Amino acid sequence: MAMPQPDERILERAPQIVTALRGVLPEDAVIDDPQETLAYECDALTAYRCAPLAVVLPRTTAEVAEAMRVCGVMGVPVVPRGAGTSLAGGALPTADCVVIGTARLNQVLEIDTDNRFIRVQTGVTNLSVSEVLEPHGFFYAPDPSSQLACTIAGNIAMNSGGAHCLKYGVTTNNLMGATVVLTTGEIVELGGAELASSGLDLLGLLCGSEGQLGIVTEAFLRILPRPEGARPMLIGFDSPEVAGECVARIIRSGVLPVAIEYMDEPCLRAVEDFAQAGYPKCAAVLIVEVEGSPDEIADQIARIRAIADELEPVEFRESRNADDALAIWKGRKSAFGAMGRLGDYICLDGTVPVGQLPHTLRRIGELSKQHGLEVANVFHAGDGNMHPLILFNANEPGQLERAEAFGADILRLCVEVGGCLTGEHGVGVEKRDLMDVQYDAPDLAMQMEVKDVFDPTWILNPAKVFPLQASAAHRLKAVQ
Amino acid sequence: MTSETISRTTNTPKTEAELAEIVAGHFAGCQPLRTMGGGTRVQADHIAGDTLTTRAMSGVVTYEPGEMTLIARAGTPLWEIEAMLVSEGQALAFEPPDLRGVLGSDGTPTIGGMVAANASGPRGIMAGACRDHLLGVRFVDGQGRVLKNGGRVMKNVTGLDLSKLLCGSFGTLGILTEVAMKTLPHAQARGTLAIRGVDDAEALRTFTTALATPFEISGAAFHDGTAWLRIEGLPPQLAYRQKRLQELFGAYEITFLDAEATVTLWRDLRDVAHFAGTDTPLWRVPVKPSDAPALTASLRALGGQTSLDWGGGLIWYCGPGEASAVRDIAPHAMLVRRGGVEGSAFPRQSAAVERLSQELRRKFDPAGILNPGLMGG
Repeated sequence: MAMPQPDERILERAPQIVTALRGVLPEDAVIDDPQETLAYECDALTAYRCAPLAVVLPRTTAEVAEAMRVCGVMGVPVVPRGAGTSLAGGALPTADCVVIGTARLNQVLEIDTDNRFIRVQTGVTNLSVSEVLEPHGFFYAPDPSSQLACTIAGNIAMNSGGAHCLKYGVTTNNLMGATVVLTTGEIVELGGAELASSGLDLLGLLCGSEGQLGIVTEAFLRILPRPEGARPMLIGFDSPEVAGECVARIIRSGVLPVAIEYMDEPCLRAVEDFAQAGYPKCAAVLIVEVEGSPDEIADQIARIRAIADELEPVEFRESRNADDALAIWKGRKSAFGAMGRLGDYICLDGTVPVGQLPHTLRRIGELSKQHGLEVANVFHAGDGNMHPLILFNANEPGQLERAEAFGADILRLCVEVGGCLTGEHGVGVEKRDLMDVQYDAPDLAMQMEVKDVFDPTWILNPAKVFPLQASAAHRLKAVQ
Repeated sequence: MTSETISRTTNTPKTEAELAEIVAGHFAGCQPLRTMGGGTRVQADHIAGDTLTTRAMSGVVTYEPGEMTLIARAGTPLWEIEAMLVSEGQALAFEPPDLRGVLGSDGTPTIGGMVAANASGPRGIMAGACRDHLLGVRFVDGQGRVLKNGGRVMKNVTGLDLSKLLCGSFGTLGILTEVAMKTLPHAQARGTLAIRGVDDAEALRTFTTALATPFEISGAAFHDGTAWLRIEGLPPQLAYRQKRLQELFGAYEITFLDAEATVTLWRDLRDVAHFAGTDTPLWRVPVKPSDAPALTASLRALGGQTSLDWGGGLIWYCGPGEASAVRDIAPHAMLVRRGGVEGSAFPRQSAAVERLSQELRRKFDPAGILNPGLMGG
């Protein structure tokens, strides 16, 4: 993955830049010791690494603004960073950049259950938001798999979702307002405690912009009352097509589960070896979860059972208590760990129309043979967000490149069948150079013109999201 | 030139290419265009230029009920879409309002107009607004370029979300030619609790209590002494939720409206039918719900009436108050029916937001020809 050469003129001025940052920030907020900046050399896309020039860890919006202002004036690229759990290299630094991290922006500012929002500094973790809400009987809906570690700042940057977003939507559907620091250091408030605002939807534009437009330091998040209960069921099928058909029939029936997860045979094998979850041996397993009171849950399970029975499943297992529920989720939740035991893997993130799932799975199987690398599939079937895991051996020269080429073919396939390059991980550097598969040149040009409005000199997370060649002219402005 | 003397040409392109050509021509000549779908949502007589309507660009491109996705050309009548969804047991969950009664407009609401206005009704409190159900758009910008953003799948974080910008931009950034929407199962059962004899503050208390329960209240509105709570779901869910809510509000005088009465009531609340049929100015005011009782009292002091939607998060004010007086009380107020009130229908933004919005408009519409003067800038 190519990244632009670091700007020598910035590297030469590194001491002055650090001094300028120290001049406006508390002493412990600026890190330039090479041993310490090394901790920020990559995010969860660990194949690519580069330590930044310095790291800034502010505690307030005003401090973020000061840091941004200094970097803006001195023309230093800024890479915003939440918890660094991005799988697409969204927080990958360059040698000539300053990382502004949200780790110390970790205060819950206001819990308002009457008006159904929580206001937080965006360095708080996703899970801790729901934890502080629990005694109030509320929760925050978006639940990415990394929720224990990932921050609200990162969730907003990537418009994160999770297993339960089939019913509750993703971050953009649960974000009411944001405090944003622009590259000039200017602080802008978007939205707030109201459910709607008029004017152009800048908040909607900001959400999912991967740190291209500004740094979000505080947010109003919509909160929801906790459901009375939730129970999963497991349905095994001996054909991926029939499993896919079951997903479509459930959705058409009027029952809206909170989650529909899918695992294919290679994934099931790995999970069984690793977690002994007791899953059936079959071609595909669905885990479907429904919510409500005990009677409501029983009714929904009966409806889904009737739908599944028509398709003659290998097994239909419903949870009757908390232990059953844990057992059903155990394999799914350990899937990524289980795959990791088999070797190195890259995890993709394409989305396809649900009706195209069987065809896509078949084609992925064919591509696997063509590229000579194994692949396993585990994903959110209700919304077609696939996560093919491509297995390879990082110690064997050339295998990473082969895995990446295979991955690119899968993502092209996703677009070809009417889907998109990324459902929840973001473009980052990983899918940057595939953007022209989904968008024509004028579509991309318009997006880059929008970035120009917020970041005229392209100092904010440059060389991400947009293909390097296409963005070259815009990035050049930073140098001039 | 006053609005009475403007003589307009109406452009009714049948294809995206034709539309792009018309816009490119106007861009070249710096001639303004008054853009619309069915012309049912905005009182736009004061906007300069020839009219351009998308209503001849009609038809559903794809509808996949099992995927909960629909793609339609911008001019497709909304009733046609809704009838098609109902036949598959689905709906646009955000309940787009029909403002013809309120605005005294005729014509046919279109799906493109709905997106351009981010038209969202009472169920927004649970399901979100139109923008939350928009998956992707095709549009023609102010230079006549055909562009697209988003797609037709439910999860998509590929690049910048320009679809959100287009949604609610009232045709000032581009003219929508095709929209992709998420559809959702239509509730199989529905009913309404009507809590009678309450004032704004008590209505708000019932909303706050009800919306803290897990019973998925899909409408919470108040007008003329009655607060309504709508519940929906599968038949057993409805029965259970009704029982629990009736227990919760046992101290009040409650009646339960069946499915048929519920449909009629919420259609009327959605369309603000209680303030239709007059020319008194009508304002739509999003607020923090707990502020609603005080704000409604202040607004009523200007003369006129109020009602509440979204559990108190939305005030409708129908009254003779001057724009400056209304906005002093409610800075987020948007003027829906002019009734002789001059000036921008849209609330004032902060300087920074206004600057960013203007610069964005210049990128999409460098010559400023799309609905000039309608929305800031």
